[in-house]
Amino acid sequence: MKLVVCVKQVKVLGDEVGFTADSRDVDPDYLDLALNEWDACATEEALRIRERLGEGEVVAITAAPAGPELALRRCLAMGVDRAIRVESAAVDPISIARALAGAVGGESPDLVLCGVQSSDVVQGSTGTALAELLELPRVAVVTKIDWSGSGPATVYRELEGGLIDVVEVDTPALLTVQTGINQPRYATLRAIKLAEQKEIPAVPAPDRAEPAYRVRRMFAPPKGQGAKILQGPPADVARQIADIVKERLK
Amino acid sequence: MSVLVVAEHVRGRMRGVTYELVTAGRALGGPVAVAVIGRDPAALDMRREGVDEVVQVRVEQAEFENDVYQRVLEMLIAERRPQVVLLGFTVNSLGYGPAIAVRLGLGLATDVFAVRRDDGALVATRAFYGSKVHADLEFPGKESVLLLLRPTIWPPAPPGGNPKTITKAAPDLPHSRARHQEFVEPPRADVDIADADFLLAIGRGIGDREKIPTFEQLAQKLGATLAVSRPLVDAGWMPNSRQVGQSGKTVKPKVYLAMGISGAVQHLAGMKASGTIIAVNTDPEAAIFGTAHYGAVADLFEVAEELEKLP
Repeated sequence: MKLVVCVKQVKVLGDEVGFTADSRDVDPDYLDLALNEWDACATEEALRIRERLGEGEVVAITAAPAGPELALRRCLAMGVDRAIRVESAAVDPISIARALAGAVGGESPDLVLCGVQSSDVVQGSTGTALAELLELPRVAVVTKIDWSGSGPATVYRELEGGLIDVVEVDTPALLTVQTGINQPRYATLRAIKLAEQKEIPAVPAPDRAEPAYRVRRMFAPPKGQGAKILQGPPADVARQIADIVKERLK
Repeated sequence: MSVLVVAEHVRGRMRGVTYELVTAGRALGGPVAVAVIGRDPAALDMRREGVDEVVQVRVEQAEFENDVYQRVLEMLIAERRPQVVLLGFTVNSLGYGPAIAVRLGLGLATDVFAVRRDDGALVATRAFYGSKVHADLEFPGKESVLLLLRPTIWPPAPPGGNPKTITKAAPDLPHSRARHQEFVEPPRADVDIADADFLLAIGRGIGDREKIPTFEQLAQKLGATLAVSRPLVDAGWMPNSRQVGQSGKTVKPKVYLAMGISGAVQHLAGMKASGTIIAVNTDPEAAIFGTAHYGAVADLFEVAEELEKLP
């Protein structure tokens, strides 16, 4: 039994922002790197399925250019068996799905898990596009997985307003996992050290690039009217809040 | 710009986002056709101003299944060649929209909150990097672009109009690989946060489960109902019934006091219609200050303590 988790090393923007000279992206100097939160949940879920079934291999795959590999290292430290990096500079979800397809399909997984979305590009589309390329049944925005390791799985999809749609999905399948499905484990110091020594093979991506869009211009959001700022020490702020509340609830 | 809107419905009721998509489609010029896919599409009212044509496609499945929507929509796109296909940015759409885009080579953008035509070309605006920056996207070389539009941005198209209605046979649908079984209602709430006049909402900023009783007590003292943002529900600290936002409840209290909530778009979508929004956050750049009427850049625990002390 094999599980593949697709993960992304996301770029996290701090409090300040500056843009590249062509205004099409944020200047990398303003960006930190991290394992995408949704993908940490997907990784945790794959590990739990393996633990529940008592067997199986979990492989983490990312599409990224050469560079820091902290996302895959963290997955290894959490307990995935292997990690693979597909050599790709793709940014949009369709191109990332195309880059991942060969490596993921090559593993012939019984189940593929992706995070619902990434915190930097936030399109929520890579998993569903990847499923299509691999001709896998899929369910998006999954909050619970019930699967015996073979045959159809029963999963929850959480709709807007909290209504849960219970879906039976044939396997092999691809599921995109919502945060809240679990609390990702912390890796032990020892596991982190071991993960650092593991080999992460890089494989080439197919050269077919067909981006879903092109960024014309990236910019700081216009400051709306914005909030009127309540000044003063906490006691003054509290008093002003209490006054506003009293006035508005009249 | 010819537009094809896909209607979203659940348990026999049209979802409001469908009417918002009509408004957005109209703004792009139209003509606007709406595809209604279901077991009884005629029962779903699509007579809204701005709709030129309703395309009813009867399928076996009463509820959404992504294989069914994908095949039907691929057929409609191939036949009609709309320049723009509009879906809601919803859980359902994420299950099939990107699959169609990759299969048919369409342009794609999701969670779009503004669209315009610029010199005849479509431009879609959306946020990146935790909503801290916005970007205009273009789709060079794409004959057709599929957009998932953020709910609650466009006003719903009002009832009226007299659209032409046509009925289409569904394509031969192969076995649906992900099948709807049943719906499970979210657990019944002890209180309905949507009914409250005054909500005290707390988020990730409280940092620690142990702090929740402090805010329960503060809510009681202020006469507020306690609500939370998604991270606290994800962490299992509070039930989903208390959650404000896209996967929780949409609320509209007279006063919304947000403490330690940065203001993810999904959260803002659920509370921006509140009468007066007051936000307390240590981060002066927090997105919530763009939506709040009043803001305080302050430590939420210190403010909470002072509020508790007030007579």
